[in-house]
Amino acid sequence: RTHRPALPGAAPAMNCRAEVLEVSVEGRQVEEAMLAVLHTVLLHRSTGKFHYKKEGTYSIGTVGTQDVDCDFIDFAYVRVSSEELDRALRKAVGEFKDALRNSGSDGMGQISLEFYQKKKSRWPFSDECIPWELWTIKVNVVNLANEQERQICREKVGEKLCEKIINIVEVMNRHEYLPKMPTQSEVDNVFDTSLKDVQPYLYKISYQITDSLGTSVTTTMRRLIKDTLAL
Amino acid sequence: MDTDLSSQDRKDLDKFIKFFALKTVQVIVQARLGEKICTRSSSSPTGSDWFNLAIKDIPEVTHEAKKALAGQLPAVGRSMCVEISLKTSEGDSMELEIWCLEMNEKCDKEIKVSYTVYNRLSLLLKSLLAITRVTPAYRLSRKQGHEYVILYRIYFGEVQLSGLGEGFQTVRVGTVGTPVGTITLSCAYRINLAFMSTRAGEDNGAVYPSVEDSQEVCTTSFSTSPPSQLSSSRLSYQPAALGVGSADTGYPVLFAGGLNAAHPHQLIGPGKEGGVPPIPSQPAHGTQADQERMCTPLDGVHYSAATPSSSEDTETVSNSSEGKCGSPRDLLETIFIRKVGAFVNKPINQVTMANLDIPFAMFAPKNVELEDNDPMVNPPDSPDTESPLQGSLHSEGSSGSSTGNTHDDFVMIDFKPAFSKDDILPMDLGTFYREFQNPPQLSSLSIDIGAQSMAEDLAEGCCRMLAMAVIQTPKTNCTSDVSNLVAS
Repeated sequence: RTHRPALPGAAPAMNCRAEVLEVSVEGRQVEEAMLAVLHTVLLHRSTGKFHYKKEGTYSIGTVGTQDVDCDFIDFAYVRVSSEELDRALRKAVGEFKDALRNSGSDGMGQISLEFYQKKKSRWPFSDECIPWELWTIKVNVVNLANEQERQICREKVGEKLCEKIINIVEVMNRHEYLPKMPTQSEVDNVFDTSLKDVQPYLYKISYQITDSLGTSVTTTMRRLIKDTLAL
Repeated sequence: MDTDLSSQDRKDLDKFIKFFALKTVQVIVQARLGEKICTRSSSSPTGSDWFNLAIKDIPEVTHEAKKALAGQLPAVGRSMCVEISLKTSEGDSMELEIWCLEMNEKCDKEIKVSYTVYNRLSLLLKSLLAITRVTPAYRLSRKQGHEYVILYRIYFGEVQLSGLGEGFQTVRVGTVGTPVGTITLSCAYRINLAFMSTRAGEDNGAVYPSVEDSQEVCTTSFSTSPPSQLSSSRLSYQPAALGVGSADTGYPVLFAGGLNAAHPHQLIGPGKEGGVPPIPSQPAHGTQADQERMCTPLDGVHYSAATPSSSEDTETVSNSSEGKCGSPRDLLETIFIRKVGAFVNKPINQVTMANLDIPFAMFAPKNVELEDNDPMVNPPDSPDTESPLQGSLHSEGSSGSSTGNTHDDFVMIDFKPAFSKDDILPMDLGTFYREFQNPPQLSSLSIDIGAQSMAEDLAEGCCRMLAMAVIQTPKTNCTSDVSNLVAS
């Protein structure tokens, strides 16, 4: 659950399904838009706390939910009732927003939510993290000139987020690969058991800011390679 | 073929489907109550939380659902439907959504009932929680109370989508395969929100009292344009057009139906199902006892009753509406102007409303601070008090003295921030925020008006300033409509 910039070019492992969502928002809408998407994904990817019994079976706690109204977007979403989880997401999104703001005038970046499983390795090798689902939200920050535009933006972004929620639900409904329900000894390799009221799958959030320097480097690299191949 | 399924599995599956259906109804109805839902997570399983989700069970809703199901389960050709509709205090109603829980024949024999099916049903309920907040009716339902209410009706059998108007859209919530068929959950929702009045023949060209100071400029559109041009963003404005016509509607619209058809507004007294404070009963609106259920929160109590659904009535409304859909004469264009001070104008935008009569105008006050008297800015905030606005509404019921002023055609629509509730300030916070954020431009500074002298502005008066402001508005589509109005 470390919040750090992703290494450029880090690709998800094979068999990891990847979903990409794109949004264009005003600066002050970044946090709410990101939280809406991340919370919606985590709503579907969290269970109640497991309580293992002697025979190896387990019972599952109850997940509560609550409505969240956005202040800067005409939009509302549902999140899991867990203050710890909400705090963790807000921290990550806050860092992302600050990084976006400090990066310069471009205002482009992406935040990723990756679900992974831990695979224990024997010494001296460290545990492997194998991603099985990766959600990437590409963000483009726009600057608006007046209140009228801002009002329209409130509505438009609200509509866009409705579409994103529908997209997320579509993906969830495919019932594709999910890690097997673990035994008690394995539960920490699949789930984040550190929260006291809910149990999301193990996840990590990272982000990347696209700055003008990065873009130009990529362009240069591409040209070099092209030139090399042309010879 | 069910022989592959063990009898225990079959029993479990039936139980899961039954409780899934009941929980589905709870989620949908609760999402249309108009308030934010919040339930707590609990790490220790209570044993009574189906699908490991904390979803409250409103007894009234469970009762209605069980009644509709009548001991049956969704099966092929037998779907469970929750119909969400909107009803104004005048009695006009409109279907907004139909949520369908259906079963098709595609069986998944391999799937484990007690484990995989259960977990997938849980996931589907989470998806339902998410999707119920993104269809247009959610925003409408959050603003219900004074001018309109949201009703629900549960029926079992064949899905009826005809009441949704032209071009309705569908969103799929999800599917879960089981050994006896695939459960699918979807929602068909209305796009065309042109309000269909059931009272034809009324004067469409009603003249409205002039709207003067502290009028707000706003942009909204409730037109009958084709669905592709409409977006759900239009719903961010309160549908005043649907609103209140007669003066005696200043009460929070909760009433009991059914049991006592002669007194449709009689509330359940305290002591029954949770203690609802009684409110003075209001005269009926000439509609039949409401057989649809209100989606209003009453500390979890909803009125009882057991009358058959009013499907015939709904169809009548729909049929008449379909005839009117798209008719240009349904469009009523109004424009607002705000006069905030000398030499100052806010830019105005076109407002279009599809309602034939704008009853709202009947009590739009002339010279008073509109926010104080506007029922939308000051909604009644508890069920047990008569609306503080009722008195003023009565007194403002003037027929609209026409002074030949173009302001006669103006009706105010409030401009509320999404989901805001204004209990404290007389002025709506959103309005205030917008006002100080966007002070109007001095008309003397604008390019087009440069030639005019200030003295001329002083002499002209409101009417002229209206015309000028329109000309300099970037939205050219305003102009012809305004000039039509000015000309009329």
